[in-house]
Amino acid sequence: MSASAVHSLWTTAAEPITRIDAPKFEYGQMSPTLIVLGAAIVGVLVEAFVPRKSRYYVQAFLSVVALAAAFAAVVALAAGGYGTTKARISAMGAIAVDGPSLFLQGTILLAGLVSVFTFAERRLDPEAHGNRVDSFAAQAASVPGSDSEKAAVKAGFTTTEVFPLVLFAIGGMLIFPAANDLLTLFIALEVFSLPLYLLCALARRKRLVSQEAAVKYFLLGAFASAFTLFGIALLYGYAGSVSYATIAQVVDGSIQNVTPALADTMGNDALLLIGAALLVMGLLFKVGAVPFHMWTPDVYQGAPTPVTGFMAAATKVAAFGALLRVLYVVLPGLRWDWRPVMWGVAIVTMLGGAIVAITQTDVKRLLAYSSIAHAGFILAGVIAMTPDGVSSVLFYLAAYSFVTIGAFAVVTLVRDAGGEATHLSKWAGLGRRSPLVAAVFAVFLLAFAGIPLTSGFAGKFAVFKAAAEGGAAPLVVIGVISSAVAAFFYIRVIVLMFFSEPKPEGPTVAVPSPLTMTAIGLGVAVTLVLGVAPQYFLDLAGQAGVFVR
Amino acid sequence: MENLIALLVAAPLLGAAVLLCGGRRLDRTGHWIGTVLAAVSFVVGAVLFVDMLGKGPEERTLTQHLFSWIPVEGFQADVAFQLDQLSMTFVLLITGVGSLIHLYSIGYMEHDERRRRFFGYLNLFLAAMLLLVLADNYLLLYVGWEGVGLASYLLIGFWQHKPSAATAAKKAFLVNRVGDMGLSIAIMLMFTTFGTFAFGPVLESTDKTSEGMLTAIALMLLLAACGKSAQVPLQSWLGDAMEGPTPVSALIHAATMVTAGVYLITRSGAIFNGAPDAQLAVVVVGAVTLLFGAIVGCAKDDIKKALAGSTMSQIGYMILAAGLGPVGYAFAIMHLVTHGFFKAGLFLGAGSVMHGMNDEVDMRKYGGLRKYMPVTFVTFGLGYLAIIGLPPFSGFWSKDKIIEAAFAQQSDLRSWIFGGVALLGAGITAYYMTRVMILTFFGEKRWQPAPDPDTAPSVEPGIEVHPGEMPHPHEAPKSMTIPMIVLAFGSVFAGAVFGIGERFVHWLEPVTSFEHPHPVVGVPVITTATIVVLLLGVGLAYLQYGRRPVPVVAPRGSLLTRAARRDLLQDDFNHVVLVRGGEHLTRSLVYLDHSLVDGVVNGTAASVGGLSGRLRRLQNGYARSYAVSMFGGAALLVAATLLMRAV
Repeated sequence: MSASAVHSLWTTAAEPITRIDAPKFEYGQMSPTLIVLGAAIVGVLVEAFVPRKSRYYVQAFLSVVALAAAFAAVVALAAGGYGTTKARISAMGAIAVDGPSLFLQGTILLAGLVSVFTFAERRLDPEAHGNRVDSFAAQAASVPGSDSEKAAVKAGFTTTEVFPLVLFAIGGMLIFPAANDLLTLFIALEVFSLPLYLLCALARRKRLVSQEAAVKYFLLGAFASAFTLFGIALLYGYAGSVSYATIAQVVDGSIQNVTPALADTMGNDALLLIGAALLVMGLLFKVGAVPFHMWTPDVYQGAPTPVTGFMAAATKVAAFGALLRVLYVVLPGLRWDWRPVMWGVAIVTMLGGAIVAITQTDVKRLLAYSSIAHAGFILAGVIAMTPDGVSSVLFYLAAYSFVTIGAFAVVTLVRDAGGEATHLSKWAGLGRRSPLVAAVFAVFLLAFAGIPLTSGFAGKFAVFKAAAEGGAAPLVVIGVISSAVAAFFYIRVIVLMFFSEPKPEGPTVAVPSPLTMTAIGLGVAVTLVLGVAPQYFLDLAGQAGVFVR
Repeated sequence: MENLIALLVAAPLLGAAVLLCGGRRLDRTGHWIGTVLAAVSFVVGAVLFVDMLGKGPEERTLTQHLFSWIPVEGFQADVAFQLDQLSMTFVLLITGVGSLIHLYSIGYMEHDERRRRFFGYLNLFLAAMLLLVLADNYLLLYVGWEGVGLASYLLIGFWQHKPSAATAAKKAFLVNRVGDMGLSIAIMLMFTTFGTFAFGPVLESTDKTSEGMLTAIALMLLLAACGKSAQVPLQSWLGDAMEGPTPVSALIHAATMVTAGVYLITRSGAIFNGAPDAQLAVVVVGAVTLLFGAIVGCAKDDIKKALAGSTMSQIGYMILAAGLGPVGYAFAIMHLVTHGFFKAGLFLGAGSVMHGMNDEVDMRKYGGLRKYMPVTFVTFGLGYLAIIGLPPFSGFWSKDKIIEAAFAQQSDLRSWIFGGVALLGAGITAYYMTRVMILTFFGEKRWQPAPDPDTAPSVEPGIEVHPGEMPHPHEAPKSMTIPMIVLAFGSVFAGAVFGIGERFVHWLEPVTSFEHPHPVVGVPVITTATIVVLLLGVGLAYLQYGRRPVPVVAPRGSLLTRAARRDLLQDDFNHVVLVRGGEHLTRSLVYLDHSLVDGVVNGTAASVGGLSGRLRRLQNGYARSYAVSMFGGAALLVAATLLMRAV
């Protein structure tokens, strides 16, 4: 190569770039996410610098304050009209700030806040060597049953890292339903999934089961992520963009400036269809729809119960939020292709969850299958493809979160020598021993079953109504049949609690601190308020039911 | 003036609320509060009556609209009152007799710890009964109808610690439910037919309605009337209802509530006039019941149950008259009012006798009481003369007219049959009432030592009874005798006041309309026959009970007597047909439920459970098989999506 050529190469490369646009970033509109993620980073610093004795208090306080502040920010944004008239796409097209985003972020933050209460509970497990301990392993890195674990227990260690972890997860979940391009969507997915895998492994008791659950969750989650990423790649290949709006325009053919490269690919429906199916599949994995549900029972059972409650509520909200946005914003032009498929998924999810739940003997697995059936009910609302469908799903998710967290919080109270007594046979006659706890659990079960005057009924009614009006009447019939099947196992637990003789060596009901009491009390209150007077919240969800495009 | 109508109902309703919610601090004054409020209602009724008399016959109807009760598109239910001559008659009867019986109860219930509650229930009854007769639509009437049923239930079972009283209350309630069902069906039929419940529009549009629908409505109304007025076939509760305190028997189960059926039929006259078949059914029910009650009354030794049989029989007369149409409505109501006076008087007299005789109710253990209880004897005697229909006492004026009207029907055969029954009933009435009179007040003393309250549950509580003590019959206190005397005046004069110059008939004519009956034989013949028949009845009773000593323990008696003592086997009939039949039906339904319904349900459940067990095995705990399932699912999803595009 001649010198002049080399020179020209250098000079070309060195040609001054006129200017670089600084990315425009609306901090105010992003504030809920930023507060939570910021607090999570502070939490990591707390782990590094604050003495072990006071970490628990600092972390719990920090988490609660951060979540409350983030919720206040969501409320402020909604009050400022960002949910309706001022809805917009910000952060250079990466984040949508609109009604569904804000409603779901508010729900996730409240669910997260209540979950943090149950995370911080330290009165249920007996004191270890004079130290109050929570539901989490003394030292996550120590091998179960090893000397180092015993030493950690003896020293009274607790894994306070759970607080930053849960904040990171919540941060990811806040972005997930608001993501407005596929890359943001994927990154949010990973941001909230990775902390969850870790949290699942941290149970103080039955550590091997917990670790097994975490490994399974991680493997299957990674597997699902791969599908999602592949789907994203195919969609990018099809539309030449990861932006939701652009892909939607390409799908329905309304795009203006068609470059030659795009003209080549946009006729290739195989790219679009396979890409869309794989992307949706990744989201269905997160919501726990059949046949991507197999991880749910194992993980729900093995994870520490507060984590299970958090996952069951917040993950579901975030994942359904993202699914709604993908189906309503990105793929509405494809609805004649995906709707029949989603019909099928909804049907097998409703029936599968309800039927398999019948033979469960462990209360956490029972609730896991119940969550699968509920995912099916929510899918029925998703399929409606109407504004009512969106708002009914939003309402259902809000109602369901509180019931779920409350129910799992009750599970943490019923204990015997081996920790939580989750086998159903041990719950026999609980109503005679602890009528209040059993009654509260019965309220939650009735809400799951969708009995009137509970939030479950209002939610189920809303999604079924939306589905029927959206032309999915057969789906509603199957939904009602599954509800009837599901009612059997919910009510069987109630019968077991109230109408069976207590076992002589049955479990005891621990007296929790005000933290868990608050979580359970809020659950009951929300369940009854949304059941008795749902209209205000239905209206709220109705106002929040429009996506910005 | 029409604004006063609501006060009629409000006064006793206030009384009921105050007495029932007021608690023990009202124990000492409660009975006076109740009595005064009943009297207030009577005074208001009297003022309205005087006002009504001052107007022309066609302008006498007052209405008061209080508020819209259920305002829904296409369904209007108002709380509104209508006071016309028919309602006015009932208002005066209810509040007048009601006030007297409140007064009487002060003495009668003196020793009862729960007297305040008793007066609360009585006031509740007055309010409900006034609501019933003042309502301007059938739906509000139904509220009053259920209200009097409730009050009746509470008062029959007032001494609830007595199992017999509790059972009797339950029985009355259940039997009344059957009738109430009829009324509710009738109201629903009216709504579907006329689109409204209000008396005015319903009764004015009957001529535009098919006879079939009118007959259906009328038969349902008759069923309702049978339940409330204890007519065959729903008569069985009235005898047992005598378990309640005697003032209750006098007010509710003789003078007022049991006549609600007559009111209902008279009020719905336009419907019945358009349904001749239903009218025939009404007449048959009345005729059967008047014989049924009279026969039962002949055989009972319990003074209250004998009077209850008589009540049933007399209401049978009223129903019979009401079934005759415009010829009979006015006479039905007239007999209702005169009966209200003399039957209430008779019951109060019976209560007075029981009061003096350690609460003994068996007439065979009375005898010779006329010297010991002169006021009771005279007032009871005047009531007796009235009920048997001896001229010129009240009963004659009304009953004789009903018999005349019964002889004046479309066909001669029907005239002779129903006229004959009515005439025969008059004879039997004279017989059993003479029997009551002789057994109680004449003859030798057959008094027995007081029974042990532990073994004799029929003793009314609150009254001191010392086992083994002989009764010391004495006249009742003033608060009890005054109402008896007032009612005796009614027994003597009311009939003549109403009957002479057909005053009562003309008073009611604008509401019920009136036609003169034209009997198959001359009126003087019928009147003479009636008097002869009743004298025969009196004579027969005298021969049987006045000339020979009466055994304290009842003789075995003939088959008919034994059947009549068991209320002509009404309970046995109900037991065999309804209870056994119901049990068989239930058993076969249970069998069907177990074999068929449960079979299907359990089969479904078992198959779902089996499916669940099999599906559960897919969940084997291996991450690899979960991954395979996900992969298969993803493949399926992609394939299905592509397939959708292909088709």
